[in-house]
Amino acid sequence: MVADETRNLRASLRRAERRRTLRGLGLTLPLILFTLVFFIVPIAGMLVKSVQNGPMPDILPQTSALLQPWRASAERGVPDEAVFAAFAGELRTASQERTLPELATRLNFENAGYRSLLMATARRLPEAPTGTWRETLTGINPQWGEVAIWAALGRASTRVTDNYLLAALDHRRDDNDRIQATDPSRAVYVASLLRTLEISGIVTLLCLLLAYPLAYRLATLPESTANLLMILVLLPFWTSLLVRTASWLVILQREGPLNDALRWLGLISQPLELVFNRPGVIIAMTHVLLPFMVLPIYSVMKGIPPNYMRAATSLGAPFFTAFRRVYFPLSLPGVTAGCLLVFILAIGYYITPLLIGGANDQMVSSLISFLALQTLNWGLAAALGTVLLVITVALYFVYSRVVGTDGVKLG
Amino acid sequence: MKTNIGRLVLVAGLTTGLLATAGAAMARDLTVTGWGGTAQAAQDKAMFQPYVKETGNKLVQDSWNGGIGVLRTKAQGDSTWDVVQVEADELALGCEEGIYAKLDWSKLGNKDEYLPGMAGECGVGTFVWSTALAYDKAKLGENGPKSWADFFDTKKFPGKRSLRRGPRQSLEFALLADGVAPGDIYKQLATKEGVDRAFKKLDTIKKDIVWWEAGAQPVQLLQSGEVVMTSVYNGRIFAANNADKTNFAIAWPAGFVYQVDSWAILANSPNKDEAMGFLKFIQTPARQQDVANVLAYGPTLKDSTGQIAPNVLPYLPTAPGVIEHGMSFNTAFWVDNIEALNERFNAWAAQ
Repeated sequence: MVADETRNLRASLRRAERRRTLRGLGLTLPLILFTLVFFIVPIAGMLVKSVQNGPMPDILPQTSALLQPWRASAERGVPDEAVFAAFAGELRTASQERTLPELATRLNFENAGYRSLLMATARRLPEAPTGTWRETLTGINPQWGEVAIWAALGRASTRVTDNYLLAALDHRRDDNDRIQATDPSRAVYVASLLRTLEISGIVTLLCLLLAYPLAYRLATLPESTANLLMILVLLPFWTSLLVRTASWLVILQREGPLNDALRWLGLISQPLELVFNRPGVIIAMTHVLLPFMVLPIYSVMKGIPPNYMRAATSLGAPFFTAFRRVYFPLSLPGVTAGCLLVFILAIGYYITPLLIGGANDQMVSSLISFLALQTLNWGLAAALGTVLLVITVALYFVYSRVVGTDGVKLG
Repeated sequence: MKTNIGRLVLVAGLTTGLLATAGAAMARDLTVTGWGGTAQAAQDKAMFQPYVKETGNKLVQDSWNGGIGVLRTKAQGDSTWDVVQVEADELALGCEEGIYAKLDWSKLGNKDEYLPGMAGECGVGTFVWSTALAYDKAKLGENGPKSWADFFDTKKFPGKRSLRRGPRQSLEFALLADGVAPGDIYKQLATKEGVDRAFKKLDTIKKDIVWWEAGAQPVQLLQSGEVVMTSVYNGRIFAANNADKTNFAIAWPAGFVYQVDSWAILANSPNKDEAMGFLKFIQTPARQQDVANVLAYGPTLKDSTGQIAPNVLPYLPTAPGVIEHGMSFNTAFWVDNIEALNERFNAWAAQ
């Protein structure tokens, strides 16, 4: 009897426990799914894309296989007839099956003009060779008798590649697959990554300088006044990014209100150049991102009891000493969270530099968008994203070591 | 380039929704796909509605936002589109790839009635838009720039000037300013020396260039006095002068780059004959003029400028005496070289 009851009790307890777990899971499931679908999967996809070579092993399988021993040979000449013959056959098939454009696009990443070379060759390819296939192809275009095009095909012939990651770091492989620095006239990606980090760093710093005193004031004011001021902080937050960016364009332009006011005050005689350059980008981005700094700092400061400062002062500490040794350390988690938030948002910025910046103020995201949408070079776009991700994660770790991210509050 | 994206998406969404419900109910009618927005509205009024009224045939409209990838998908799967309006690069790439049906010109009319290069084996040009040199007549009066050399002359015309950010239509204009004949521009750009020469020319006014990104920007830059002259899409100048009563002028004789939008028939269309008939019907001088009068995009038929409203004529790239100054945008060149030259442009900008 007693044993039965214990068992019943245990069973119902377990059931209740399971129900609770299920309910908990059910409540968090949407978030887990959301994170998985919109965060983990795309990032994993990006990482995979950055080393995925392209369609050549599927479109030209035989040629790809035949090129491997050739790539391994120490001194590379033009490949032998077997490769030419296999290539000619597969080129015709690809042309008929309409997979050639995809391959031609991929090959054009290796060298501008290879897309046309491939398409034009396929158009003029005869059924049977006149002489050897090598003679036939070089007859169509002499480039087929050079090592460069075969080296490019060789680089495209594997499933996995480091080409894109190398390119994102301004390096490429030469005709013998040795890694070399990209020609300075075309080396843009490292500079653009550095520029992105520099702009983001400056914006983060400016946001911190502006937000800290503001948050302090908000946290120490009486509730009603603080709430009113808070609305002023949040107001731009609720306005569309595009509208805010466009407004800055109007305010900062040559004949804009800011320059007019400065001239009217007699502070300047010539209008200042504030748009289509770096200062404009930094001003606009700082404004747009400021709430992301104010809110975390404010929320942490709200939690610091005013008694601490009072106690420190009553024990004889001057205000600044009390602030430095008591208040500031307590507010650090907010600062950390704010800086991380602003910096991470800033490195992905796109629209603001696009509209307010000059040609030399474009962040890496504009290059990524160009590659992804215009030239369909998703490999390089993904590689740039990957490099950016690695840098961000590395910076985060350094930062958390130096400043510490314990107790970070994001709101 | 031509339309409000938001509106376009809305139209596209609505039409796709309508198509999805309508498609189940009936066999497929001739489906014509344009670029939505004001352009398609003008085409609907001047071309599509008369076709339905006069032939009694049915016609379904769809709209899209360009992209060769979309066309590749359409060409592979079940056919949903018959006639589609494409830009020059989509026409060239798609023709190369066999996405479009080869046009039967015996059914379409006379190729010679078209301006050179606007009647091809895969597409029939429907209007011409261009990137040209414009300035504010209210400020410069009759002494505006006459050439791209003037654009690069900061002594004669002090102040900032604006070009579209990136190598496209800035390298071409730099070489024009440097005295290269329009016919030789792309030959020059295909060589390293030619590209060097273009960037060297751009160097001379590097500090004075404001780079624009969206098509609406150059007009705004002129309006606010930020720049004295700019490269701009001709239709934007027409729209600004109409809507905002500005007095902007286009310096056509300086030279300009034009691109043709064409109608193409998809190779997997089951309605090819009907599509040919449709194209023959809509491609008449009168109907092209009706569209041009609304959009200021140039008609492609030679004798299509007779009935153009006098207030539209100064904005038309294909007006008599104007088209001769233009050069056709070289799609094949840019498809091959855009990535390399964009890198070069960014490296140059960072110097």
